[in-house]
Amino acid sequence: MAEFTDYIKGFAVTFKKLFEERVTGDYRGGMAKPGQPDEKRPKVERLHGRHVLNRYEDGMEKCIGCELCAGVCPAKCIHVRGADNDPDNPTSPGERFGYVYEINYLRCIHCDLCVEACPTQAITETKLFEFSFTNRDDAIYTRDELLVGDDGKPQQLPWEDWREGEDELTSGWMRATSPSGDHRYEGVVQWSGELGYGVRAPELGQSADVGDTGADAGTSGGGDG
Amino acid sequence: MIIANDPLFADPFGLPEVGVVLLKVVVAFVFLLVAVMFNIWFLRKVISDMQNRIGPNLAGPWGILVTLADGVKLFFKEDLIPEKSHRFVFKLAPYLSLIPAFLVFAIVPVGGDFNRTDDRPDGFISIFGHDTLLQVADPPVGVLFFLAMSSLAIYGVMLAGWGSGSKYPLLGSVRASAQMVSYEAALGLSVASVVLVSGTLSMHEMVLTQAGPGFNSFLPNWNIIVTGFVPFFIFMVAGTAELNHPPFDLVEAEQELVGGFHTEYSSIRFALFYLAEFMNQITMGAIIVTLFLGGPAGPALFVPKGWWVGVFWFFFKLMLFLFAFVWLRATLPRLRYDQLMDLGWKLLIPVSLAWFLVLAGIQIGRDRGWSSIEVGTFAVGFGVVCMLCGAVLMMALRSARLQRLTDLEEERAERSESERTSNEGTYRG
Repeated sequence: MAEFTDYIKGFAVTFKKLFEERVTGDYRGGMAKPGQPDEKRPKVERLHGRHVLNRYEDGMEKCIGCELCAGVCPAKCIHVRGADNDPDNPTSPGERFGYVYEINYLRCIHCDLCVEACPTQAITETKLFEFSFTNRDDAIYTRDELLVGDDGKPQQLPWEDWREGEDELTSGWMRATSPSGDHRYEGVVQWSGELGYGVRAPELGQSADVGDTGADAGTSGGGDG
Repeated sequence: MIIANDPLFADPFGLPEVGVVLLKVVVAFVFLLVAVMFNIWFLRKVISDMQNRIGPNLAGPWGILVTLADGVKLFFKEDLIPEKSHRFVFKLAPYLSLIPAFLVFAIVPVGGDFNRTDDRPDGFISIFGHDTLLQVADPPVGVLFFLAMSSLAIYGVMLAGWGSGSKYPLLGSVRASAQMVSYEAALGLSVASVVLVSGTLSMHEMVLTQAGPGFNSFLPNWNIIVTGFVPFFIFMVAGTAELNHPPFDLVEAEQELVGGFHTEYSSIRFALFYLAEFMNQITMGAIIVTLFLGGPAGPALFVPKGWWVGVFWFFFKLMLFLFAFVWLRATLPRLRYDQLMDLGWKLLIPVSLAWFLVLAGIQIGRDRGWSSIEVGTFAVGFGVVCMLCGAVLMMALRSARLQRLTDLEEERAERSESERTSNEGTYRG
């Protein structure tokens, strides 16, 4: 008899769901006609999306063409070739700059190892994953497409679905993997400023001081030490 | 005479009558196709509601054209025929499962006025001055035709699995045939109860016997009440199994068999299977409505009159069952194969058989002019006897099982004992 009432209970559960709030959103991939809803769900912090190549605040490119990102990439999706800077009109501070920079998004697994490997925080990831292409050539992003614009914002390519304010959400993980190799923020900013955004503040989870829950900092710090 | 009951054929049969028949056939055909379209949309929408999702909402208002979009997509897909398949059988199978689905609907009365006050017979409508039934055909063997067609549909599934020349489809079709054959028995027995009560096989006459006020002139005279609910539930369960509909969808259990019998099918041939599956749902719902819920005959309390009243009631009831199928799909997990067989052979068939006997007994009692007290006593007595027999049987099974278990335990204990002593022996040696 208990089995039978359990059956009835199951039916009641599914019937009640009919009147509950929906967990999915009304997403139309930016193809909505006027008046139609088209909402993205809020993304989690540190989500890995498509990459950007950052620039310094003076407009110089951060990439020095060292190919560490290509070397660390487990999917072998990054192709980099460096070249010497023109002394009169340098592309990046220092000797070399990234002359060729290509990422194949049919291969990229968004593991962020390239971001961790980068010594100058040149490559970081945005939170954008709503991009699709109709041919394989479009899947290979070149330097021109990855590089942030003159305002420091990621380029919004025709096949990408950018929304208002989403360009703010770039380069989160970069600050966690600052050049000292220690993700902990110790009162001194160890990362360089960015064109358009300046020196970004430490983010949540980087320090016990900055709006952090002690447990998170403790565990991640301990694991790293 | 397969269409004997229709008054259309009582008069001299000429060209106008042929026109009326053709009209009915075309309307039924088109209606079924459109209904399947909406049925699939309905399923997807309700099931997404039950899973807190929004569901299809892009093609047309509320995504109502999603099936059309799917169909167009499937139509333009590449039609693959596996190398190892039996080409003819492979091509034949989708039609074998689709055609019975169409044919069953032909015998379902979908409307007509069953509460007439004038002297014309019940359930007829007038098309261009010709009295006719609102159903494509009313063979005197109606219910048997339904059983025959649902048996034929097994061939589609079976040949699809066999003709694919691949192992998962074959496993799926073996399961399908076993399942459909074993549930057909329960299905047939519960139909037999209905036939026994209404005394006819014709679907139209079955609706006639259910029309009008029933017990206490308050409850409707529907077979679900007259046969005492049990055959209805058995038919519902067996019918769901016959449809290979969850929770009985072992035939295409995705986790085990990829897609079951239609794994190798693509493009329009797959679309035909898909169409047949959902069309079967509609026809099964329609058959349940006709057999147990009075079909187009509404409750006698309902006041308005006219042919559309019957149509309204029919579709109202049909919608309830289509919703029930979706509800089942959303709620129940799939049965294991042994559970499926247990339910069919050990529960549904004995219960429906016993119920059939009770109904037959009551019927005989009525014919002999027993009083209702005598009939009631008989029924209760029979029920008690059945339950006692069942209890004794269950006890016997349980004690046998216990005995087996204790025997096994003893045997195990003995074996381990002997092993230990023998081991000790070897160590000493």
